[in-house]
Amino acid sequence: MHIVVCVKQVPDTTNVRINPETNTLMREGVESIINPFDEFALEEALKLKDAHGARVSVVSMGPPQAEVVLREAMARGADDVVLLTDRAFAGADTLATSYAISQAIKKINARPDLVLFGKQAIDGDTAQVGPGVSEFLGYPLVTYAKSIKVEGDTYTVETMMDEGVDVIEGKLPAVMTVVKEASTPRFATLSGWMQAKKADIPRWGAKDVNADLTMCGLDGSPTKVVKIFAPPVKTGGTRMDGREQPSAAVDAIVKLLQEKGVA
Amino acid sequence: MADAPIFIDPEKCRGCKKCITACPFDALYMEGKLAVVKPDECRACNACVKACPFKAIVSTAAETPKADLSAFKGIWVFAEQHQGKVQEVAYELLATGRRLAKDRGCELAAVVLGHNVKDSAAHLIAAGADKVYMVDQPELAAYEADVYTDALNQLIAKYKPEVVLAGATAVGRAFFAKVAVRARTGLTADCTALSIDKESYLLHQTRPAFGGNIMATIMTPNHRPQMATVRPKVFRMAPPDPKRKGETLIEALKLVAGNTRIIKTERSSSSVNIAEAEIIVAGGRGLKKAENLEQLKRLADLLGGVVGVSRACVDAGWISAAYQVGQTGKTVCPKLYLAFGISGAIQHLEGMRGADTIIAINTDPHAAIFNVADLGIVGDLFEILPMLIEAIEAKHNGAK
Ligand SMILES: Cc1cc2nc3c(=O)[nH]c(=O)nc-3n(C[C@H](O)[C@H](O)[C@H](O)COP(=O)(O)OP(=O)(O)OC[C@H]3O[C@@H](n4cnc5c(N)ncnc54)[C@H](O)[C@@H]3O)c2cc1C
Ligand SMILES: Nc1ncnc2c1ncn2[C@@H]1O[C@H](COP(=O)(O)O)[C@@H](O)[C@H]1O
Repeated sequence: MHIVVCVKQVPDTTNVRINPETNTLMREGVESIINPFDEFALEEALKLKDAHGARVSVVSMGPPQAEVVLREAMARGADDVVLLTDRAFAGADTLATSYAISQAIKKINARPDLVLFGKQAIDGDTAQVGPGVSEFLGYPLVTYAKSIKVEGDTYTVETMMDEGVDVIEGKLPAVMTVVKEASTPRFATLSGWMQAKKADIPRWGAKDVNADLTMCGLDGSPTKVVKIFAPPVKTGGTRMDGREQPSAAVDAIVKLLQEKGVA
Repeated sequence: MADAPIFIDPEKCRGCKKCITACPFDALYMEGKLAVVKPDECRACNACVKACPFKAIVSTAAETPKADLSAFKGIWVFAEQHQGKVQEVAYELLATGRRLAKDRGCELAAVVLGHNVKDSAAHLIAAGADKVYMVDQPELAAYEADVYTDALNQLIAKYKPEVVLAGATAVGRAFFAKVAVRARTGLTADCTALSIDKESYLLHQTRPAFGGNIMATIMTPNHRPQMATVRPKVFRMAPPDPKRKGETLIEALKLVAGNTRIIKTERSSSSVNIAEAEIIVAGGRGLKKAENLEQLKRLADLLGGVVGVSRACVDAGWISAAYQVGQTGKTVCPKLYLAFGISGAIQHLEGMRGADTIIAINTDPHAAIFNVADLGIVGDLFEILPMLIEAIEAKHNGAK
């Protein structure tokens, strides 16, 4: 079995701040991490490898620094990795990203058995790239997987839907996206790290993956960002200090609840 | 393409730095007295072009030759249904769709995919649809991304809508991404505001980005349809008008059966959908430990509401993600939202600021939650919560 996992490097958005004067993102000092959802996707791939034996390839698209996440993936047990990096990919929206990644996957293997994604990337939160790649590869799509089992060429997947869990069965190949309710990601081993540190990370550009430049980067992106602004802040209503006299605070709450007809 | 999409004329640049301030992407910097662009960061938004007082910056991005977009007309709302019951988000989108259709001067249609779903048409028309496109076939009985994509893309290819909207539900988010790629157009996920631009008549799609720290307005100028998903409860439903007239078109499509099947659905009866709740008693890390959620539950029961939590509680393993309010949880818009020990991080506020009345209790006078609270109480939840429960119990007993 050959599994390809797509992993993105993202800023740790918990710490992203806005410069109130210029309304721009302050990225200095913001750490880059593996997109948390992608760690769960990688873990599902490694578990399948443990159970059945599999080749696990990992792809990331991003600037040269994104190499770090690929080393981390290797340290955890990925067999081979590749970094898609090219100025031509800059400014890609989800359509152009899905296209570039699918070109890379096709070059790794014309027909991998399983292609895994995180449910969404925490910087964009779109959850569109996995489904987009399934279109470009012509593979069936299964989203929100929390467990993946494979027997022969048949998979059984538990998926998290809005109102509960669906169990889905189908035949490989497939594209799947993985949620955080899946198994806890393993740590890298020390020997894994030693190896990963030394590894040469191959870099592919648009030409290497035979990409049509009109479908890459900014040019290949139908969506255009036209404005960026800070979210509006609502100013609060009544404020009171309930530290000295909590009972007065409780009275105020009860009064408001009564006014609103809920108590 | 490797060149930057803008050109800064060194003859004209005076080093005023207005462009640096205007750039939302940090793509410009000063080299001595000249502004310089970082080609990889520039997104060709042209904010700097407009900001430069000396006309020193020009856009060099190739104007994509305008495809003939005039054939695309009308606004569509995907009406997601489960067992024939249309999901509320579709009605919310129809209410917004009416406003957009008026501003665009076009028709509003609902699209239904399913099996034995004919009854839904009347509801959709009452909710604002001028037309209902319906595909009622056994292949669509259960949601399957590939079959749904095939069906919707066939309709889009045939009728050429200008705008297509869906709820950002588990279903809508996944298959709309496929539909957009197949149609080779753009899709903006999780919008919180939609409007029609007065000059270009393009759809302005506004959504949070970077974990809600920033809002971005996005357009799809040269591709059709313009597609967006919107989270449940972001827009309000309009009261149905049973007198509205509309037309229903039943489409028979040739669909290839998909190759996945659902072998089991587990719908845990205890799972409450907090997105639908009228009263939410929410707690955050300030609760300190899982056991203290019991007290929230007690208050929620007394008020006839449900418990909600911040992500901190889910990450700590106190409760399942189904109860999480916020950007990566559920968007809620209850009548009443009580927040105990929640700091009010932007990602949390994103999911609950639509509540009619917000009451917050927090020991930190500077907690951001107070910025959105109608009643903000600086205080210890471990004092206030038990007293509040007691007060309400007493009222209930008194009323008996
Ligand atoms: C991409 C992204 C998505 C996210 N999505 C979500 C989301 O969907 N929902 C969400 O909630 N978060 C989300 N977060 C996390 C968010 O940034 C915050 O970390 C989280 O909301 C904090 O939860 P909290 O307010 O419970 O905890 P804290 O920020 O730790 O706040 C605890 C509060 O309790 C108060 N407190 C302590 N003791 C008491 C007491 N005895 N009485 C009263 N008050 C007390 C403290 O003063 C403090 O304000 C997301 C983050 C990222 C990066
Ligand atoms: N630049 C990228 N490189 C590799 N994988 C990516 C990239 N962007 C997105 N993905 C994958 O697609 C998933 C969904 O991303 P998104 O659609 O941006 O929310 C992520 O969890 C990754 O698995």
